[in-house]
Amino acid sequence: MIKIGKYIEQFINWLTHNFSPFFKMVKAGVETMVDGVLGLFTFLPFYVVIALLAILAWRRAGWGIGVVTALGLTLIYMMGYWAPTMETLSLILVSAFIALIMGIPLGIWAARNKTAGSIMRPLLDFMQTMPAFVYLIPAVLFFGLGKVPGVFATIIFAMPPAVRLTTLGISQVPEDIVEATRSFGATPRQLLFKVELPLALPTILAGVNQTIMMSLSMVVVSAMIAAGGLGEIVLKGITQLKIGLGFEGGIAVVILAIILDRITQSFGKKKQKKNAK
Amino acid sequence: MMPKLKIDNLTLIFGREQQEALQMLQQGKSKAEILERTGATVGVKNASFDIEKGEFFVIMGLSGSGKSSLLRCLNRLIEPSAGKVLLNNVDITALPDADLQKVRRKEIAMVFQKFGLLPHRSVLENVAFGLELQGMPATERLEKARNVIELVGLKGYENMLPAELSGGMQQRVGLARALANEPEVLLMDEAFSALDPLIRTQMQDELLDLQEKMHKTIVFITHDLDEAIRLGDRIAIMKDGEVIQIGTPEEILTSPANEYVSSFVEKVDRKAIITASSLMDTKPTMAVFRKDGPEGSLRKMRATGLKILPAVTVDKHFLGFVYLHEVLEVKQRGDKTIEAVIHRDVPVAHPDTTVEQMLPFIAETDKPVAVVNPANNKLLGLISQTSLIIETTGSQATPQA
Repeated sequence: MIKIGKYIEQFINWLTHNFSPFFKMVKAGVETMVDGVLGLFTFLPFYVVIALLAILAWRRAGWGIGVVTALGLTLIYMMGYWAPTMETLSLILVSAFIALIMGIPLGIWAARNKTAGSIMRPLLDFMQTMPAFVYLIPAVLFFGLGKVPGVFATIIFAMPPAVRLTTLGISQVPEDIVEATRSFGATPRQLLFKVELPLALPTILAGVNQTIMMSLSMVVVSAMIAAGGLGEIVLKGITQLKIGLGFEGGIAVVILAIILDRITQSFGKKKQKKNAK
Repeated sequence: MMPKLKIDNLTLIFGREQQEALQMLQQGKSKAEILERTGATVGVKNASFDIEKGEFFVIMGLSGSGKSSLLRCLNRLIEPSAGKVLLNNVDITALPDADLQKVRRKEIAMVFQKFGLLPHRSVLENVAFGLELQGMPATERLEKARNVIELVGLKGYENMLPAELSGGMQQRVGLARALANEPEVLLMDEAFSALDPLIRTQMQDELLDLQEKMHKTIVFITHDLDEAIRLGDRIAIMKDGEVIQIGTPEEILTSPANEYVSSFVEKVDRKAIITASSLMDTKPTMAVFRKDGPEGSLRKMRATGLKILPAVTVDKHFLGFVYLHEVLEVKQRGDKTIEAVIHRDVPVAHPDTTVEQMLPFIAETDKPVAVVNPANNKLLGLISQTSLIIETTGSQATPQA
């Protein structure tokens, strides 16, 4: 019998032992970010947060979504889930943010460098297909229980679409435009920032949307390691067989999902329309 | 004089086994053999030619002839496998990246078949793009771009997006973008091939007008011999990666180097290209006024069997034609000069007069067409009615032996 598990375990233990100062530092950093965002949402009165999000949704995605946002968030507040919803929202935003600032540059690299691309592809497949629960174990070993391991597991699960769609977007830039840009003496950096990224933007924004939605799908999973938020409510519903509780938490997640999806999608759509003109 | 661009033994091989393929090429192996042995494709094979400053040089060939690859070697969008490209005597193939970028920014600009415009930028911003890459401040580059936009006839379209323009207009943007950099050399890759025929002709005319003002060195790629002939000062014809003939349009038409070239030439409307200079007999028999009297003229007519002779002065200034029956009458009258019977009021051609322009000269009589030097009216040669008629009915050139 081959005991792959044993080697992985040894490797994770070795990492935990030797890099604990590093993990502590990361933990402190991520904690500050999550608490900072959460602090902002809880510092503002709930109606201000609702108003701000509703206005954003209205400006980006039209008045319909604006109304849905206002009503949905009010419903959450009335159900008494305002605090866990804000917790979940801040977890998602921080996770997605970190996933994007890592994923987009990796995607650019993969588009530029064939070797990097062909190494990354199977790794991304692995990250996406491995059952998300599995990430919880090393996450806990590295960061203990709480929000930070939740963010860690969420990042691993949610980053692949950002990488993939960035690579796709850049490789879809028409060859004649790239060639023309090079023929005018563009440096690789000018090519990237003046041509490739602007032209790939709609696709990259689709990746941003995907990353955020996948972060949201990790809410319940990360609640298993005490990340808190709406996931905890759903989890309680499952473990204690409280159907009502489970559905209430679930509905709040769905409302959050609709709002986040429509707002982030609107960015990609606006750009595409302008380009297609 | 030093050529503007010197292409020296340029070879381009696609594939991994570059070295082996190059060696085989030097040993004189064929493309097919090289492909079989090394899996490498020969894109361009030992191309060598000079392009002079201000010259409109056309490279013509069918798809797969290597013409576009050759063009891309000139600014190293494709790295040549061997050989040199000298721009103002500087070897471009040896330049480090930073210097190459400088050359691309300042000295060689390119226009593309598919335009290659940035869809998210306005016409103005597209035209200023090359200058932006140079790091020119916004106000200055937009000012320059506006000037060029006016030059190519895009005024009023500055704030539109490329997708809102027709193909012809888009290519004007591409041309303006290239001109904005004020390059010495303009590379044009099938620049008008994507346009419909009417627009294409119009763009060709405008390009020729612009070239008259700008005197750029232009390297223009096309698969269309009519276009090559219309535009080019000289044409290089490529087949299977090799340059098989270089010459002026007329040289190509009148003396195609081989069957391949002549098969193209057949389809061309020659009337607009063939000029008097290539049709004329440069040593015609002439009646020299004051030297040849009626007697002398008749002797020359008898010797050549001609009924009409051109009359010239001693230093070959063209005067007109004399006719057999009138010279005979003069002789019978006993006159000593042919002055009275010279028909002075005849149309003449110049060396660059095309066959098309000589159509009105076709006559039922055997009166030939005199070709004179426009500067001093000296007779350069004669074109017989026979050759003029044959030429206008679309004879086919035969390859030179």
